[in-house]
Amino acid sequence: MLTILFDGIAYGMLLFVLASGLAVTLGLMNFVNLAHGAFAMAGGYVTVVLVNKAGVPFLACLPLAFLASAILGIIMERTLYVHVYKKPHLDQVLFTIGLVFMAVAAVDYVMGSSPVFARIPDALQGRFEVFGIGVGRYRLLIIAICGLLTVGLQFILTRTRFGSRLRAAVDDRRVASGLGINVNRIFAFTFAFGSGLAGLGGALGVEILGLDPSFPLKFMIYFLIVVTVGGTSSITGPFLASLLLGIGDVAGKYYVPTLGSFVIYTIMIVVLIWRPQGLFSRAASR
Amino acid sequence: MAPPPFAVRAATEWLSARARWHPLEIAFWLAAFAAIYLLPEQHLILTEIAWLGLFALSLDLILGYAGIISLGHAAFFGFGAYTAALLAKHEIINEPVLALLVSGFAAMALGFVTSFLVLRGSDLTRLMVTLGVALLLRELANRYGWLTGGADGLQGVTIKPVLGMFRFDMFGHTGYIYCLSVLFILFLVARRLVNSPFGLSLLSVKGNPLRASAIGISVDARLVAIYTVAAGYAGIAGALLAQTTAFASLEVFSFDRSADLLLVLIIGGAGYLYGGLIGAVIFKLMQDYLSALTPQYWPFWIGLMLVVIVLVGRDRITSWTAPIRRLAARLDWRAAARRVAAASAERHRP
Repeated sequence: MLTILFDGIAYGMLLFVLASGLAVTLGLMNFVNLAHGAFAMAGGYVTVVLVNKAGVPFLACLPLAFLASAILGIIMERTLYVHVYKKPHLDQVLFTIGLVFMAVAAVDYVMGSSPVFARIPDALQGRFEVFGIGVGRYRLLIIAICGLLTVGLQFILTRTRFGSRLRAAVDDRRVASGLGINVNRIFAFTFAFGSGLAGLGGALGVEILGLDPSFPLKFMIYFLIVVTVGGTSSITGPFLASLLLGIGDVAGKYYVPTLGSFVIYTIMIVVLIWRPQGLFSRAASR
Repeated sequence: MAPPPFAVRAATEWLSARARWHPLEIAFWLAAFAAIYLLPEQHLILTEIAWLGLFALSLDLILGYAGIISLGHAAFFGFGAYTAALLAKHEIINEPVLALLVSGFAAMALGFVTSFLVLRGSDLTRLMVTLGVALLLRELANRYGWLTGGADGLQGVTIKPVLGMFRFDMFGHTGYIYCLSVLFILFLVARRLVNSPFGLSLLSVKGNPLRASAIGISVDARLVAIYTVAAGYAGIAGALLAQTTAFASLEVFSFDRSADLLLVLIIGGAGYLYGGLIGAVIFKLMQDYLSALTPQYWPFWIGLMLVVIVLVGRDRITSWTAPIRRLAARLDWRAAARRVAAASAERHRP
């Protein structure tokens, strides 16, 4: 029981790292980015190639995965995404779906369509027992890394100058730019950082979520759930939503395996109907 | 208070002018029916174009006329497909046309129920809800394998002859005539629908829901109505697929299908009913050509097209039809006559 909770928390934290970038892009630019998973996939494949082909240690790959996805993110943002911000939602949806399809087919072409794995060090494998809870070493690492990241993100958002600018821009873009905040630059940086986080999440997730070219399509709905259920006005909303989703998904698959993902989709629809602004959104509680 | 009679007359005239048949429309349908005799070798792909066109027409009704973005329109397509396949497999309704109607009504019922989910919320919420409904149905079809055949698909379906006379053949001759007739009839209905005052009120809802409700249009009721009708259309398109291929699989619910459908409609242009049909022709011909080159990487080309279309601009993409439309305007002798009459009426006004 507690083991399931533990696994669920690890899964949820991973989802949070994967999706947090999306929450910012959606909140800041009101931009529907369905291609977020492609950046996560990029990070995952970078890790797989580095670990399996180049023999780089797994832990050293994580920052590299972050960097690779962040660079990819900023290139895409500056060359392609900037043209689409002002367009209607339908165009954004079409555009990002197009990117997903291209990413899926391109990775399929380069890496093959079968699932891939990264060798993780022996020290991270296996489980140990603490007070009767089975604790997977690798999952503990995920919780540690993602927990640190969450605290770090929260700190950046609430305590630094950049964070307050970002929050101001999310709250009201026009007023913020009127106050002399360069919203576009903040956005480009956040986009790159969010893509980097997705890449890191993708790298960490190779072991747990599995990785094959259809990754962005498979997990698109999960990212969207995190963002829409959590709301985009704070970072705690998506965090709680990811934890709920992670625990709900793991517990659901364990206790009622016949229903599969059914539970998650139903909950999502109910929440969206009940509170279209998201469960933890300030706009809804005001 | 009744509106003054001249306003009523002007409105009626304007409405009937909108609904008038254009020579190019007549040419389009003549060409489609001529293909029965002129392109007998191509009937298999023409059949696919016909049901895909109907499916895209259904999306056009909600996207082009009501402004609802759906990423899960395959839900109704798949529901119709499974209904038709199951009806035939268990020999509940043997006559295909009747089964088609039942499948359409089943999908309409589903559309009616789920339409209340798309009333609220922003584009993103609608996107998620429609996507969620399609995923849910896919999960259901996967779980209840004893009914649907699960991941293997529903096999052993035999479709009886249409109206008890015309047997489905492997060359798609019957299939094409059947699909085209259904498409034509449903197109006429849709055309009547969007040119009616109801269709105009939908356009006003799409333009600005708040203002529409301010002039007395019940926004929610209109959206429910058109969503239900569109779901029925999608269901019939799915049923046509199931009947012409005698097969239904989980793939009918897939996300790719909903996404491809958006592309089909966008190629042709949304909001004038022919966009879906023209898009279906172009899409299938491209698919036929490109997937013959690289079958596995076909999604790449779809993605590239979507990205390019958005970057170039949707309105500019459909502007390739502008010269044709100009030509069409010149061809339309009745419109020209109307303009002359209007101009002379203007001159003689006291």
